[in-house]
Amino acid sequence: MTMMKTLKMTAMAVGLGAAPAMAADVEVLHWWTSGGEAAALNVLKEDLAGQGIGWQDMPVAGGGGTQAMTVLRARVTSGNAPTAVQMLGFDITDWAKEGALANLNPIAEEGNWDEVIPAALQKFATHDGQWVSAPVNVHSTNWVWANKAIMDELGLEEPQSWDDFVAALEAAEAAGYTALAHGGQAWQEATFFDAVVLSVGGPEFYQASMIDLDPEALGSDQMKEVFDRMGTLRGFVDDNFSGRDWNLATAMVINKEAAFQLMGDWAKGEFLNAGKVPGEDFLCFRFPGSQDQVTFNSDQFAMFSQGDGVSDEQAALAKAIMSPEFQIAFNKVKGSVPARTDLDASALDACGQRAYEDFKAAAASGNLYGSMGHGHANPAAVKNAMYDVITAHFNGEYDSETAVDELVTAVEISQ
Amino acid sequence: MSSNATATVVRTGAGTRFVIYTLLTLFCLYYLLPLYVMVVNSLKPLSEIQAGGMMSLPDQWTVAPWKSAWSTAQIGVEATGLKPFFWNSIVMVVPAVAISTVLGALNGYVLTKWRFRGDTVLFGLLLFGCFIPFQMVLIPMARMLGLAGLAGTVPGLVFVHLVYGIGFSTLYFRNYYQQFPTELVRAAMIDGAGFFTIFRRIMLPSSGPIAVVCVIWQFTNIWNDFLFGASFSDFDSQPMTVALNNLVQSSTGVKEYNVHFAGAIMAALPTLLVYIVAGRYFVRGLMAGSVKG
Amino acid sequence: MTQVAKPRRGGSDWLREALPKIVLSPSLAMVLIFVYGFIIFTFYLSFTDSRILPSYDLVGWENYSKLFRIRAWDTAVTNLLIFGSLYIVICCALGLTLAILLDQKIRAEGFIRTIYLYPMALSFIVTGTAWKWFLDPGIGLQAVVRSWGWESFTFDWIKDGDMAIYTIVIAAVWQTSGFVMAMFLAGLRGIDNEVLKAAQIDGASNMALYRRIVIPQLRPAFMSAFVVLAHMAIKSYDLVIALTGGGPGTATELPATFMYSYTFTRNQMGIGAASATIMLMAIAAIMVPYIYSELREKK
Repeated sequence: MTMMKTLKMTAMAVGLGAAPAMAADVEVLHWWTSGGEAAALNVLKEDLAGQGIGWQDMPVAGGGGTQAMTVLRARVTSGNAPTAVQMLGFDITDWAKEGALANLNPIAEEGNWDEVIPAALQKFATHDGQWVSAPVNVHSTNWVWANKAIMDELGLEEPQSWDDFVAALEAAEAAGYTALAHGGQAWQEATFFDAVVLSVGGPEFYQASMIDLDPEALGSDQMKEVFDRMGTLRGFVDDNFSGRDWNLATAMVINKEAAFQLMGDWAKGEFLNAGKVPGEDFLCFRFPGSQDQVTFNSDQFAMFSQGDGVSDEQAALAKAIMSPEFQIAFNKVKGSVPARTDLDASALDACGQRAYEDFKAAAASGNLYGSMGHGHANPAAVKNAMYDVITAHFNGEYDSETAVDELVTAVEISQ
Repeated sequence: MSSNATATVVRTGAGTRFVIYTLLTLFCLYYLLPLYVMVVNSLKPLSEIQAGGMMSLPDQWTVAPWKSAWSTAQIGVEATGLKPFFWNSIVMVVPAVAISTVLGALNGYVLTKWRFRGDTVLFGLLLFGCFIPFQMVLIPMARMLGLAGLAGTVPGLVFVHLVYGIGFSTLYFRNYYQQFPTELVRAAMIDGAGFFTIFRRIMLPSSGPIAVVCVIWQFTNIWNDFLFGASFSDFDSQPMTVALNNLVQSSTGVKEYNVHFAGAIMAALPTLLVYIVAGRYFVRGLMAGSVKG
Repeated sequence: MTQVAKPRRGGSDWLREALPKIVLSPSLAMVLIFVYGFIIFTFYLSFTDSRILPSYDLVGWENYSKLFRIRAWDTAVTNLLIFGSLYIVICCALGLTLAILLDQKIRAEGFIRTIYLYPMALSFIVTGTAWKWFLDPGIGLQAVVRSWGWESFTFDWIKDGDMAIYTIVIAAVWQTSGFVMAMFLAGLRGIDNEVLKAAQIDGASNMALYRRIVIPQLRPAFMSAFVVLAHMAIKSYDLVIALTGGGPGTATELPATFMYSYTFTRNQMGIGAASATIMLMAIAAIMVPYIYSELREKK
């Protein structure tokens, strides 16, 4: 084959007419490989098995799904796309733009998805008026996890404002604890950043800077205040934070070495696994200053188009994902909350119920915002450009002023 | 290949020898330390690891992590352990190593004994191919495999490893055969022996050492490859490294470090075995020519 | 000259002549398409607005001008220079030293050799975790030494943006220096002992023996070692991801991680391709003259 021919053939429209897996089987690409996650997914598998649909498992873990997205690209390019793929936020939009995703409208109409799924999630699950993915869960990311024993010992109440929180951190530090357990990885610092942006400038500022990417908001004094507060938080982190996995940071709170951790609701699993009881051993509350808002990320399953629209197996899978039973069963195990707002959450634990109430309230009042740190506020390129600046500032490479300038530049380059 | 395989004749005194042994032992510690961390922690219950002290010996010895990593650990939806993935890796590694070794031998034979105008340039081209970063070739390669109908198949994966392994295997064999007396080949030609006859009767019988080097190199690289294995395999042909990665990298669950380490050592056992079994021939193989350009 | 042997025979002369080239051609074809073809393809992509998938709309030099404005790229290139040169030099020095030491009629040589070699067999997916723990001041070496009573002992490079790249060197050297040792050991064993004996009789010291006679003869071994090490250094990816994930901050970013991140994580394939192109040109600038000179001399 000549080089030109190779180029031309590669140039042809990228394999959208993917070869389907064996009839009546679904091949699912996902990155849920831990015990709890897989158990939750197994609920779905059993459901499909009951309908005579086989499950071909294609797990690729790593990097919060980035590894799986790389594999997906190779698979689609080779014309061998999986039937269904776990996806996050803007990845769904990107693939929908390529025209690679199947239209789920028939199933969505039947299941009344328009009504039960909040608009903030629909932004990702639909494209050009078409449903292209089925949301499985909603994680919210602006949580603070606290060791209750330390709080009791120091006579601390749940902080209501930024100043309260700083005071609580100071008290914990003075008592010889690590005030803030943190793992120095870019996404963890971005998780801080989400919450701090909300606490500084409220939802309007979050919308303008993180979602609309307004250069004025990005370069504003408020943004400098955000970086100042990030610097303050940095001061409460121990020396060994760099590179630490989030679960090790959680372990510090569990083991009473550290007082607080800012982390998404998946941290709850670590507490429960260690035999801790919510409300008794540990507390969960929204980051002070963002009590009314919920920043979220949502795992969804997108269906890759099999030539002529959505296949029967894909329809069955999408329907099963949106069924109330699965949504509750799955999220109970996963620590997140259901993506639909019309369910009875009494099966969830205390933190879970509170999260579900928060989620519904935020969805109803328009306070539900996609998390920047988790790829639900802006596309991957912008998100990672922000990561670079946030993490460089957190590691002391920039002062707040430089960080603001760099943020504006980085966002501009990435678009 | 007239060199004698004995150690140097340089003489050393007792004091020097003491220093040498001390140094060698110290370096043994350096090389063994990570393995020590892995082995020790693979034999502890998870609670001991979480309690800290990952350098210390287990208080309570257990082989449960090993059993778990082999047959019950969570890899995907089903808790299968690493067991089923071993076969997938072997099915892929064996042909890939075998074919690239044979091709490398043939290439080396042509490039040294059947030389023609421009052969050095061709060798240079092959060699430079070793340096292409794999991340770069992922997308175009996927497209080519799709066009060839090899997407998601074991032959496709074998082919990819073959393509990117050929540079090194040719390098090894070429440097080795260069030391091989050309007179023998010429004499055989005059006797009327053909291209393949000479290769089979004269070259192959003395290629053992370099074949070991080549096999060790290719086996290590292909067995440990993750990127190609993940991207070009299918749900039923995912190799060992992908499974290990799934075991280790799970995103939001409890990290069972003891199982991870047990799995990692397990995944490395085939390569370790190749090293131990073939290790003796390894230096001999390298010695017999590959480093003598 | 170029033809080693050319027996004159009738009959199937054409096939005889062509057979070697036919045998070589599949390998050559594969390399031409899948290495050089893809290099051209990447070069082309670097001038397009490709994001999640390849696109064919040309945008001129935009990707390159963006690339040079990204600070992480500077860091990555600087790091590769630091990492690459240290890695190659230390591996060669250590490999040579160990080979010389191991060449002194050592008992249990085979056993020690296996210990030095085994790290090559392990994948960094998990060895990385072991190293990460070992280097972590809170739980690794620093904590252990302090628990022995040396309270002021400090080893926190992996947490320090300026020093973290050196921890990558430590782990990388650990992985490959044994292999380099084996190459040098093989080279040492190939040296003619008679020459050494003669020099000894002339009263040369051990140091002088090695410096004047042994090491100069190891030149081909250096060539092989250099090719293997340079290829490892350029491709170092797993190692960085497992050990530091590119951090603290972007302190241990390397071109390979940069390229992967822009092509796949950030959906900016155009910039990724631009970085790959630059990297390849740099590799070519170093490797081509080297390979050329090494291959030429032997004629």
